[in-house]
This record gives sequence, C-alpha cells and structure tokens, in this order.
Amino acid sequence: MSEFEPKIIAFVCNWCTYAGADLTGTSRIKYSSNVRIIRLPCTGRIDFMLILQAFGQGADGIIVSGCHPGDCHYTAGNYHARRRWMLFRRLMDFVGVDLRRVHFSWVSAAEGAKWAELVNQVVDEVRTLGPYKAFPQRFHENGFPVQLTVAN
Amino acid sequence: MARIGVFICHCGENIGSTVDCAAVAKAAGELPGVVHSVDYKYMCSDPGQSMIKDAIRTQKLTGVVVGACSPRMHEPTFRRACNEAGLNPFLCEMANLREHCSWVHEKLPDTTAKAIDLVRILVEKVKRNKPLSSIKVPVTKRALVLGGGIAGIQAALDIAGAGHEVVLVERSPSIGGHMAQLSETFPTLDCSQCILTPRMVEVAQHPNITLYTYSELESLEGFIGNFKATIRKRARGVDEKLCTGCGVCTQKCPNKKIPSEFNEHLGTRPAIYVPFPQAVPNKPVIDRDRCTYYSKGKCQVCAKMCPTKAIRYDQEDELITIDIGAVVAATGFTIKGTDFFPEYGYGQYPNVITGLQFERLASASGPTLGVIRRPSDNEIPENVVFIACAGSRDSAKRLSYCSKICCMYTAKHAMLYKHKVHEGRAHVFYMDIRAGGKMYDEFVRRAIEEDQVNYIRGRVSRVFERNGKMIVKGVDTLLNGQSIEIEADLVVLATAMTAQPDAEATAQRMKISYDADHFLSEAHPKLRPVEMNTAGIFVAGACQAPKDIPETVAQASAAASKVVGLFSRSELAREPVVATVNRTAPPLFSTCVGCFLCETACPYQAIERDDIRGRDGQLIRQVAKVNQGVCQGCGTCVALCRSKAIDLQGFTNEQVFAELLAV
Repeated sequence: MSEFEPKIIAFVCNWCTYAGADLTGTSRIKYSSNVRIIRLPCTGRIDFMLILQAFGQGADGIIVSGCHPGDCHYTAGNYHARRRWMLFRRLMDFVGVDLRRVHFSWVSAAEGAKWAELVNQVVDEVRTLGPYKAFPQRFHENGFPVQLTVAN
Repeated sequence: MARIGVFICHCGENIGSTVDCAAVAKAAGELPGVVHSVDYKYMCSDPGQSMIKDAIRTQKLTGVVVGACSPRMHEPTFRRACNEAGLNPFLCEMANLREHCSWVHEKLPDTTAKAIDLVRILVEKVKRNKPLSSIKVPVTKRALVLGGGIAGIQAALDIAGAGHEVVLVERSPSIGGHMAQLSETFPTLDCSQCILTPRMVEVAQHPNITLYTYSELESLEGFIGNFKATIRKRARGVDEKLCTGCGVCTQKCPNKKIPSEFNEHLGTRPAIYVPFPQAVPNKPVIDRDRCTYYSKGKCQVCAKMCPTKAIRYDQEDELITIDIGAVVAATGFTIKGTDFFPEYGYGQYPNVITGLQFERLASASGPTLGVIRRPSDNEIPENVVFIACAGSRDSAKRLSYCSKICCMYTAKHAMLYKHKVHEGRAHVFYMDIRAGGKMYDEFVRRAIEEDQVNYIRGRVSRVFERNGKMIVKGVDTLLNGQSIEIEADLVVLATAMTAQPDAEATAQRMKISYDADHFLSEAHPKLRPVEMNTAGIFVAGACQAPKDIPETVAQASAAASKVVGLFSRSELAREPVVATVNRTAPPLFSTCVGCFLCETACPYQAIERDDIRGRDGQLIRQVAKVNQGVCQGCGTCVALCRSKAIDLQGFTNEQVFAELLAV
C-alpha cells in the first residue's frame, strides 16, 4: 500500500479563485492532483451543509476560497461567507469536525501561484492527519440533508 | 431518463499529452445516463463542434458535457453549438480538464483519474440542469468615461461621434492628463500639446459629451446596460456659468508660491489657479488647503477683482446621479515617488529629477520656457546622465515589470537635450533597449548615431554629490563590468510607471479585478483585451498596464467600439443565473416561511415581498419573490434560506449536492 492520498474538495467562487486556479494552469504551475474543485458563483452561495456533506462523502479536507475582502464581484458575498464561517466553525467543532481539515482562504484572479501553494499546503497537512473516517460514519447514520429527485 | 453526451478534447497536446483522453472518454461512457462519449483533437474547431451537433440530433441528447479548457474560455462557444443543434444552451456544462488538470499536474495515472472525476462531477450536474432562457434587460445608451487623459478623451470622442451620450469624469481641474505635460512625443517629435489640445477642445464643445472636471466617481451600482453612477463634483469655489476664464483672479492672487502639480513641482502657481494655459475647461479652481481666505478668513482679493462676480467661497460638493449603460475605465497611471530611490538621491538632491520633470523643462510652456536648466541654480547643464529602468524590472523593489515607455522617452530626452544644448554631453545607463514599434528602433539609433548620445550598458549603484557635481557611479557591462564614474550636472531618472495610488479603491468601487501591481485586469489577455470580467465595463490606457500614446489611443478606440457595439442593441440577453423562490399548490403556496433573511442579505435589493391573496382578496401570507432583472445571481440568499425555498438557477442545491456526491 502506497502512501495515503487525501481527497480534498474545494468550494470556490467563479470570479476570483476559479479564475486564479485558471491562471495557475495558464502559468503551468504544478500542484498536487488531490483536489476537486466545485465551482460556485460566489462564496456567499456556500451553504455549510455542503461542507458537512463533503465530509460525509469521504472528503479528508476542505478548501473554501473566494475573493479578498472588498473585491467581491457581488459586493458583499464574501463578507456573508466570512461571517457565516466564523459561526459555523464553532458549530463544526461542537459536532466533532476536525477543524484542521477545513481551510478558508482568499485567492484572487491574479494569484495563480497562491492557489498552487494553498492546495499543496492543505494536501500536506491533511496527509499527515491521515484518512478522515470518524465523521462520515456518524453522518451516514442520519442521512443526507438534501434528497436527490432525479434518477440516474 | 437522461441521455448525456460527453466530448473530451485533446486541445492538441495541451490536454492530450498529460491526460489519457481516450481512457477518460471510455470511463465517461460507462457512467449511468451517458449514452455517447467520444474524444477528439480540437473540440472547439468546426469539425469538433459539428460532432457535438450531430450527436445531439442523432442521439437525442438531453445534456452535454465538454471536457476541455476552462468554461471561462469556451463555455459560450459550446453553448452556442448546442443551441444551434436545438438543445437548450444551459444544458451544456464544461469540465475543466486543461487549466485545472493537464496544465497543473504531471503525466501520471492520478491525473487521468482526476480528469475522469471532473467529467463525472459535471455529468451528475448536467443531469439536473433545467432548460433556461436568457433574461432580457434594457440598455441605457449613455457611457461613463472615467479619466480625462488621452485614453478617456479618445474613448469619449469615439463614442460621442457614434451618436451616443458620454459623461466624462476627470479628477483634476482640467482634462489632458499626462500627455498635456509632455514636451514632444516619440518617434516623430510631434509637439504633444499641439496634437492634444485640439482634441481637448473638441471634447468640451461636443454636443454629446457632458464634462465633469474636478469630479470623482463616488459609487457605481447596477449591471451592464443599467448602471447608476454617482459623481462627486467637488466645489471649485467658482461659478462656472459666470466665469469667463479672463484670468484676473489668478494674476491678483497674493499667494503665488505654491508648487505647481502640472509642472511637477518645478514651477509655482497661485492658490486660485488654472493648471495650465490651454486647460479645458479654462475655469480656475480654489485650492482650499492653501487659500488664505479659508485658513485666516481674510483676503478675498479674487472675489473683489472678478469682473463677473463668479467667486463662490461657500460652494459645496455636489452629488450627481446618472443612469449609465457602459463604463470605460481610463484612470491612468502615476510614477514612483521620491522615497523610492534613496540610492539615486531623488528627493535629496534638486538636480536629480524624474523623466516627467524633464518633460516640463523641455516644454516650451514649462517653467523654463523650454530651456534646459538644472533646478538648483538655473544653469544650463553640460553633462546629463539618464538612468533607464529606475525602479522597473527590479524584483528587489517589488516591481518586476517593464514600464515599456522609458527606453523610448529616454532616447527622446537625450535627443531633445542634444538639440537644445549642442555642446552638451548626454549619457544613458540602460539594461536593455526595448524599442519594438513602428520607427522606434530607428529613433533610438538616431539618438546614438546622429546625436551622439553615449549609451552605457550597465546599472547605476549610487548617485551622490561632490564639489557641486552629481557623481553617478555605475558599471559598464560591455567593458567586463568595469566601474565608471560620471560627473553630471543633471541626473534624469526614467522612473517606473505604476498604478494610481488609489487604483485598488477605484477598482473595488466598480467591482472589477486588478492584479498584484494594482493595474486593472482585462477579461482575457489575448482575446478580450479591453473588457473587464464585469460585463459592461471596459478599460483603456495605462490603468491596465504601462503603455505609450499610440497603444493607449488604439485601446481607447477599441473600448469605444465595444461600447458602441453594446449600444447598437436596445435590449441585452443576460445569463439566467438568478435566484427563484419556489411556488407550490395551496394551502402552502411556497415553502418560504416569510422570514425575509434573504431580503437583508441581498446586496442588490432584488428580494421583494409577494402578497398571496385568496379569491376574496384577503391576504393569506407574504412570501419572498426575486426581481430577476435586478438579481445578479450570487446565491447568498440561497445559502441563508432556512426552508430551502429559494434556489439559484444554474447552481441549484440539487445540482451542487449531486456534484458533491459524484466526487
């Protein structure tokens, strides 16, 4: 068995971090391939049930990243996200989520190198923490928060 | 039952050399709901798009996933192709296999595995996409041009010339910008003011242009075609309608020793002043920080002398709100200040000046009337050293970029000096000579060969004073790094061009992106060079990156043509990524409980209250409703909604959770 490879899910906004990650690509900066990006219009769109769901789904670490304060394409979405995050952190701590696995950052459309650094740093940190099994088990006992209505 | 088609693009070698595209297509073909999965060298090409269209028709696809470049690049292309084949364009999604996968990872099995994951995520999303139709919004055919330098002037004249109204806002008392300060322009040595001032006058006289000088953009609300701009018209202290521009006030003002901004502090101006004689508008401004009346409550000489009684000491700033359809940002640049060059002694020795100051010395309308005199004693300098790349291309000073214009203007300065002081000697320290452009290299050769300017390839380590001379210490790298000293009478620094000090705040006010150096970021460096990522906002001139006058003018005309293109339509189709509140059968009517958290969260005031009434007209309950013309689709309300009654089209809860389940 080779070294443990963590699964990282990133929730990013379309205008800053998604574009920043595009710039990482255009600049051909290499980073760890463990991350899967979910594109949303704004960090304000991030329902924190998504984060619980991601952990329930077997993610070992989460990245939430959007525009720097003041730069939000929608004026204030990132402020909502930040405020919600401050509250939600405590709740997550209370329900037993390991906060070292949740990373909140600002990456602008010009910060291609910062995105690569962020991913590598989170992957390294989560790799040392090992697979995250405790939370998904508990989560699955209670079911998913949203029912999917369309059949495959 | 979903019938999804998956199309994997090799992008030539860009994706194909790192990701096993055939394996991705094969794996995608096995996903539930996928009925068609192929790979091809260039999906965006005509044959590639035809493959998609044919498959939509023959396979009766209900959704399409294109695994290719970033959706920010080609999503419109593929959505258009789907539309042409009769599939609703919003049933097409892109998996970003290039920028987010092949370009950032090595050629390893994990990379192909990631590509398969990315495709699977989007397949699960697209299964839940709903056909949407674009939202039509009206267009206000009036443009706001921000900045009255040559970029803003050109853009305003072009838009106005096409028959549309333009509001031109300039921060300083006159339009003209940096170009008005220049003596002559490279490579033709045209007199800058001679070619600029007729344009300035044209702006002032154009019936379609409303000019606000000494004014700033206070706020910008709204979206493409429907902005609302608030302009702060600062108090000039002069009634512009009464003032005839006779100039008596500026002549009589007793407080004349104020360093002139226009002359780069080499000359002086009074407290009530017109920045330069050809200023447009030719109406003075009272500098309230320096006027004796404001500090001591006495004087009022200008008011007593004014023949039309136009002086208004109690005038206040005025806020003007205007409906705007498009914005051209042409806010210009600044140059690095005194504290940036301690090693060159700028700010410490009066005879170390910037290139812009040299322009004023060389200008016929400048403080020395075009005679090159050094600031310390007004003597004509016999030895002048020009230092190129002062600040630019210096990562130690956190300015890694090239300021682009300095090679050319340094050659011009040296040439102008030699033309004016025949027996003088001009030396240029340079790193490289970058003279790409029509007749540019010829111009530099002319300076070296005809005008005998001494070009020294090497950098300067220090400039200091010894016996009344400026000693320039540097190396000549073409002489094996031999160190050299030149005794100079005047040192001219080709200082780095930088973004305006408040560029960040200006960008934030307009909600547009900017880069690490605070220059505005265009939507695409090659294919959308004058558009911002925020629709309806365009860019021109040096606020985007250092550039010279011809480039600035070209970009300004390009931005103007984009604006005119936008104004050629009376309504716009906007992406239907907007929030909706669900409606259900009575007695519930909606799962909205009427808490209106969304109302407080919405940055656009797009949430309205909808009264649900019975047949007798009696109010049953009040639920939220989204004004889709105003909603911009950030989704903040969706994340807040406790009863999941509000959802964002294109990024619904169902879609996003399905994406997550597929990771």
